[in-house]
Amino acid sequence: MNDFLQAVSIFCAALAVSFGAIGPGLAEGRAVASAMEAIARQPEAAGTISRTLFVGLAMIETMAIYCLVVALLVLYANPFIK
Amino acid sequence: MKSPLSLEPLFQVGPVPVTEPVVVSWAVIALLVGASMLATRRLALFPSKTQALLELVVSTIDSQIHDTILRDPAPFRALIGSIFLFTLLSNWSSLIPGVEPPTAHIETDAAMALIVFVATIAWGVRTRGLRGYLATYAEPTWVMIPLNVVEQFTRTFSLIVRLFGNVMSGVFVIGIILTLAGLLVPIPLMALDLLTGTVQAYIFAVLATVFIGAAVGERRKTDAPPRGATK
Repeated sequence: MNDFLQAVSIFCAALAVSFGAIGPGLAEGRAVASAMEAIARQPEAAGTISRTLFVGLAMIETMAIYCLVVALLVLYANPFIK
Repeated sequence: MKSPLSLEPLFQVGPVPVTEPVVVSWAVIALLVGASMLATRRLALFPSKTQALLELVVSTIDSQIHDTILRDPAPFRALIGSIFLFTLLSNWSSLIPGVEPPTAHIETDAAMALIVFVATIAWGVRTRGLRGYLATYAEPTWVMIPLNVVEQFTRTFSLIVRLFGNVMSGVFVIGIILTLAGLLVPIPLMALDLLTGTVQAYIFAVLATVFIGAAVGERRKTDAPPRGATK
């Protein structure tokens, strides 16, 4: 039973990270693309735009990081594996 | 492989077990305090090279704080600047062989996020008064009260997890690569780690500034005219 649980945990950790990375990846791409466009259109506002961009990217990236943490919990701190 | 969530004590001081992140973070603190004391020992009106560098750092932090919250940065400089410099040095401490950055363990990040959490509330209460600060939870309508209360905790949690996840994943990936291929292969990844460490320290400081700025209120929300230099 424990072996089976371990195999499932490893599979689920990989699943969580791989699928959890898709959404933030797409979102970050869109965010950077529009920031680039904005900077190209208005180079004098580059400072403000990039600061806001960084904060926004951090927010988006948190979703992927959550998935990573869940994967780590499943791998290393799984309550069901003794 | 060692779990990134567990910690083994290095040695005991009386009944208190001391772990590696504690030692490293105290070393970072000692380094920062020592360097600042050395650099500010002989301040002059016509700055030397060291003083000019120091002034550059302080004025950069000042302008970032001012741009973010549109207020006089002086009261926030000490907290935000210390958070930024401490996080930056902690993230970069992985450059020293054998040292694991203290921010790669969730306890250090939790401590810093708790400092930000308490500072946010303290500044909000000090600027607006207890009643005024509690009233901000009912903005824009009273329906938002539960969401605003929950947000306080989730954003602190995400502050913890973001820094922890980013720094720890960098250390972890280098560890995995080292078991697969030895010398020189992890160097590009370590360079990427330096960049991530800088960006994460910046983001942690900016988010702390944003939270504190939201608690003390932006210019349009204050009934009094803005204090200090606002462009």
